[in-house]
Amino acid sequence: MIAIAISAGFVMISVAILLNAVRLFLGPTRGDRILALDTMVINAIALIVLIGIHERTTFYFEAALLMAMVGFVGTVAYAKFLLRGDIVE
Amino acid sequence: MERVAEILITILIPVGGAFALIGSWGLVRLPSLMTRLHGPTKATTLGVGSILIASMLYFPVYEGRFSAHELLITLFLFITAPITANMIAKAHLHRQGSGIDPNPADEMPEGLPDPTNWATFRTNASRRSDAQHPDEN
Repeated sequence: MIAIAISAGFVMISVAILLNAVRLFLGPTRGDRILALDTMVINAIALIVLIGIHERTTFYFEAALLMAMVGFVGTVAYAKFLLRGDIVE
Repeated sequence: MERVAEILITILIPVGGAFALIGSWGLVRLPSLMTRLHGPTKATTLGVGSILIASMLYFPVYEGRFSAHELLITLFLFITAPITANMIAKAHLHRQGSGIDPNPADEMPEGLPDPTNWATFRTNASRRSDAQHPDEN
């Protein structure tokens, strides 16, 4: 049962990442692209956790944690750059 | 115990995937950035939280070890999602005020609140001069 659920989860998260890629290509504003990238990172975290359940290892949690942190810092840096023209003032 | 955990995990993973999918679908089909912010910040974050709860149930029951990593990731995501949304919205408002990004309110009749009062670090005077010379940004 869990295997079927994990397969369904893989499909749905993958389609979600594809939809984010569509928004990343279409734009039209830079805010849209930043938002699409941020959502992509969140979906990638979900995918990593699903892979961890599928493979029955806890190795991937560090990767997921790192993705969460780097994604947040990256998004804030992009938004800050758009807002101020500079990241660290 | 194992049966209950299996049912819960089997429900939680597709629910989480569906939430993430709905959030990303909202990102594609909604009309403007301010509306698009709703999908990822709420639905997708909830979906990831659901999958993390499933993982938190799975490992103690089937592998016999508990780890607090999922809790850390969930907490971090739930704290940072509103902050990123706020930063993106602020950058968007700033660029709208500078006349770079399109503003849907421009085509609306009067009666809306004054759009120049958003707190985006800029004074109204500098924003007006930016609107006259948009190339400087």
